[in-house]
Amino acid sequence: MTTLTQSLSTTRTRLVPTVFAMMLGVALIALTGHVQAAALHDAAHDVRHATGFPCH
Amino acid sequence: MLSRFVTSALFAGAATGLIAGLLQFVFVQPVLLHAELYESGELLHFGAEAVSAHPALPGFDAVRDGLSLIFTMLTYTGYALIGVAAMSLAEERGALINARSGLIWGVAGFVVFHLAPAFTLAPEVPGVAAADVGARQIWWFATVGAAAVALWLLAFGISWIGWGVAVVLLLAPHLAGAPEPDRFIGTVPPEIAALFAARALGVGFAAWVILGSFAGYFWQREAAHE
Repeated sequence: MTTLTQSLSTTRTRLVPTVFAMMLGVALIALTGHVQAAALHDAAHDVRHATGFPCH
Repeated sequence: MLSRFVTSALFAGAATGLIAGLLQFVFVQPVLLHAELYESGELLHFGAEAVSAHPALPGFDAVRDGLSLIFTMLTYTGYALIGVAAMSLAEERGALINARSGLIWGVAGFVVFHLAPAFTLAPEVPGVAAADVGARQIWWFATVGAAAVALWLLAFGISWIGWGVAVVLLLAPHLAGAPEPDRFIGTVPPEIAALFAARALGVGFAAWVILGSFAGYFWQREAAHE
């Protein structure tokens, strides 16, 4: 029972940072690879092509 | 707990981004600059005069290449955050996460983020015809998301139903097809476009394998600090 409670609480404490890290990662990729704002697009232009993101 | 995610992802992403940025500078950037000579009209494919396949290319540009390096590091940090999050989920299900098993995670990441979308939407050299960028981005995210779920099911699924769903998710985006241009207006020679796609995927593969290994290593190392 103690083991079960412990593993359940580990799962819960891990779930929030896991979801947060995943969302942060997706946001970062959207920013560097996908947002079409002109300044961002120009700065990231070569990387977007070289990484295979749809660029323009 | 959160610091373990962020710290290991930052270390792995920044180190990998640095390596990937240098590989891109050496192997991809010259092909891109060559293509831009055709995109800008400075060189003309099938014009009146035959064009040398080895024109003088612009050299190192501190601002342009510096920005590329920063954005590559940011991009791979984003990948690393997603990677360690997935690794954490797998570890809870009993998977062993370290630098060695990270190599396989890297291969899987390459398949999800590079190979799966590139199978139908090949890495584009500047100056090629392409459909609306918004539509292509939606297709890109859908394909990457489907591939991510599919590989998870292949790796951690325990039933034929799961594996069957994985195959469907891998095939569906390509059977449905990506947004395509109405007509081809590309000015860049196919030799350059093909080399560009191959180089982009090759560098992506190397970078992802390195990223997976680094992420596994730092994820394990940060555990000691908890």
